[in-house]
Amino acid sequence: MKLDAKIPSGPLEQKWDKHRSEIKLIAPANKRKYDIIIVGTGLAGASAAASLGELGYNVKVFCFQDSARRAHSIAAQGGINAAKNYQNDGDTIYRLFYDTIKGGDFRSREANVFRLAQLSVNIIDQCVAQGVPFARDYGGLLDNRSFGGSQVSRTFYARGQTGQQLLLGSYQAMMRQVAQGRVKLYPRTDMLDLVLMNGQAKGIIVRDLVTGEISSVAADAVILATGGYSNVFFLSTNAKGCNVSAIYRAYKKGALFANPCFTQIHPTCIPVSGDYQSKLTLMSESLRNDGRIWVPKNAGDTRHPNDIPEDERDYFLERKYPSYGNLAPRDIASRSAKEVCDEGRGVGPGGRGVYLDFSDAIKRIGKDKIVERYGNLFEMYERITGENAYEQPMRIYPAPHYTMGGLWVDYNLMNNIPGLFVLGEANFSDHGANRLGASALMQGLADGYFVIPYTIGNYLATTKEPKPSIDNPEFKKAEEDVINMIKKLLSAKGKRSAVSFHKEIGKLMWDNVGMARSRQSLQTALKRIPEIREEFWRNVTVSGINETLNQDLENTIRIADFLEFAELLAIDALEREESCGGHFRVEYQENGEAKRNDEQFAYVAAWEFQGLGKKPILHKEPIVYEYVQMATRSYK
Amino acid sequence: MNLTLKVWRQKDENSRGYLETIEAKDVNAQMSFLEMLDVVNEELILEGKEPISFDSDCREGICGTCSCMINGKPHGGYKGTTTCQLHMRHFKDGDTIVIEPWRSRAFPVIKDLIVDRGSFDRIIRAGGYISVNTGGAQDANCIPVSKEIAETAMDAAACIGCGACVASCKNGSAMLFVAAKVSHLNLLPQGKPEKDHRVMNMIAQMDLEGFGNCTNIGSCEAACPKEINVQFIAKMNRDYGLAILKGESRHKPDTVSIQAELSDLPID
Repeated sequence: MKLDAKIPSGPLEQKWDKHRSEIKLIAPANKRKYDIIIVGTGLAGASAAASLGELGYNVKVFCFQDSARRAHSIAAQGGINAAKNYQNDGDTIYRLFYDTIKGGDFRSREANVFRLAQLSVNIIDQCVAQGVPFARDYGGLLDNRSFGGSQVSRTFYARGQTGQQLLLGSYQAMMRQVAQGRVKLYPRTDMLDLVLMNGQAKGIIVRDLVTGEISSVAADAVILATGGYSNVFFLSTNAKGCNVSAIYRAYKKGALFANPCFTQIHPTCIPVSGDYQSKLTLMSESLRNDGRIWVPKNAGDTRHPNDIPEDERDYFLERKYPSYGNLAPRDIASRSAKEVCDEGRGVGPGGRGVYLDFSDAIKRIGKDKIVERYGNLFEMYERITGENAYEQPMRIYPAPHYTMGGLWVDYNLMNNIPGLFVLGEANFSDHGANRLGASALMQGLADGYFVIPYTIGNYLATTKEPKPSIDNPEFKKAEEDVINMIKKLLSAKGKRSAVSFHKEIGKLMWDNVGMARSRQSLQTALKRIPEIREEFWRNVTVSGINETLNQDLENTIRIADFLEFAELLAIDALEREESCGGHFRVEYQENGEAKRNDEQFAYVAAWEFQGLGKKPILHKEPIVYEYVQMATRSYK
Repeated sequence: MNLTLKVWRQKDENSRGYLETIEAKDVNAQMSFLEMLDVVNEELILEGKEPISFDSDCREGICGTCSCMINGKPHGGYKGTTTCQLHMRHFKDGDTIVIEPWRSRAFPVIKDLIVDRGSFDRIIRAGGYISVNTGGAQDANCIPVSKEIAETAMDAAACIGCGACVASCKNGSAMLFVAAKVSHLNLLPQGKPEKDHRVMNMIAQMDLEGFGNCTNIGSCEAACPKEINVQFIAKMNRDYGLAILKGESRHKPDTVSIQAELSDLPID
């Protein structure tokens, strides 16, 4: 299989305009003849549904939540980047483009990222027109803040709830199309399989989560906007329901999965407090502006932090990275915290935590100033831990947060399976090996509002494969497969809950395929994963029946997919013998820093499924830079 | 600590519900309320019993999925706190905790603690948006919006649509939810052109759904995990009155029947 990214020819800054002028269109009166399926109602899915509905297509939208407004985009805090240059501080589209490429450690596609930077300005215009209440200054104009990885202030925000406000904007735009009859919404519905007709994506199999009914949905094209797979680690900052099932099922039907090993670990989260813990909560990265990170110098020091004298504290980031100090980049800060905890110097219950101390900042600028800057975060911290961070240091620890990898897509956001489009975090396209803060919201909305409305028309105008009938044997067979899988799970009647397997695989992945990976740890994981999976199918117990609302069953189905997907993630991590971005292989470092290998690994690793337990085939899409020079990121 | 839970169990919308007594043993004070239920459920599953069904997703207080009346109060009654952010340190050994679903005619129970809040989606559908298509928006800074207006609109827009306001109200009124969305959009210059239409349609849909009337008690504000102010209800009433004065009521409201949006499978 030859991977063709279909990058348009011509100068970088003209590619998208040229492409838009050249691709095929569907006439307005004909659009209503086409049915489009969208799975997921986060920023990418909801904005795509709204835009395609406005154009006149028949859109069917599916989400597992009780309402489309609850997708996990809602939890994004910080903001959304756009190269508006409203601050007159030298921002340009090129600068946003370059920051994103560099932040991604030179593993993303030039043409895609440039388009993203171009569209960023339209997103802000669109959202303001929809009534998104962005922060404003006293003159009534839009305010900006600065964020990691850039030297300009280009981040637009709505308090600490930017994701919520952007999602409500696109949800409301979608509900307007529901009112106009162009979008049909199916909440509490899970996608369980993708259906192909003559090699093209033409439908899905869904389960109604209230009645358990399995049914087929046919369409002219299928869009997956189902988010990332951080929950493979069990504990992450993702919502409980976030899962890999939709994109993994597509992978099993032949869709290439690209760079699964590129996962992002966020350094400032509230640490795990016990076995019962269900998820981790992110604390904004901005805290590192005023907080100092430290652990006791001696392992096993259990004194109260306020009783540990200054000369027995190790401010390890300031020591190791004097010029960046506590503001070292995300991956560095995360790995350093892990190292000191591995040495037995971690703090708090379980010893997986480091202190983030504000006492010096309070002495320097006063408590009032700290309350003003971070008051809501200190409140949230106290609500969860019961500790007052004005009086004693916070405890923080890194946690899985975002996944850069996803289904492979070309410039049109179409997968190697024609008719299958993948948007937002679910695809691999724009963030390379590491995503910059405030760029996930930008990408989700660019894909949904401004890319897919054009590129899907080109596919529909050129395909010869019509929308099939759901009476087709392909649908019947896919339905049967799903029903059999559910029967198998319900009849296992073993001795362990599905969640216990999720916790087990999560811990295995976190310990061996998490922040620091080695050949040995990856091989350990690859040996263990099939064993856990085998025991799962033999020894799981699922309560209840299919024909009712059954959360245990819903969850078990998702866990079954994680148990398979984990193997793909580890295989990709083993194959990529270099350290870059969020992927750190301990064998490949120079003076403790990640060592990239551009000569051998400047490619997108796109994996093709060959059957469970068989090694997937690796297809390489070379990453070629025509306009930027690959460089080493330096932190010292 | 050891706790006695009295949990609402209901097989489906048409079955009769009842309170079941379940013992929760060795509960850690650091657990969140939902993690406590997770642990109880894990034990029920291993005993071959049906676990307690409850809604939750983000578990950080922003998605609005979690609900539950806890000892008669929505989300447990702690200021600015959703059920997922409520921690067990607020309870003590030997406590009995009564856990029920939201109680409202417009939120039918689907199972145990899970209710159907589709009525909220239908209210948004009736007018909770600004009619602007993708593309063609003018530059974002063309219309200045005063900081005060933007901040007030944001105060209203912070609503997470959980339904605690309805559950806390003796009348089962959804006025705070509807007022928050009407105010968010009606305050901003971008939302002005549809101001009258919006408030009429959203209120018409609210009434159709079977929510009760507002009698100015204010328990909704007290129960709201995002502390949305009841002043928005006053603002909505003012917008409603103005719309009627301007003759907006001569238009037939754009509402849908309660059944219309429910997804009927198989899908056509």
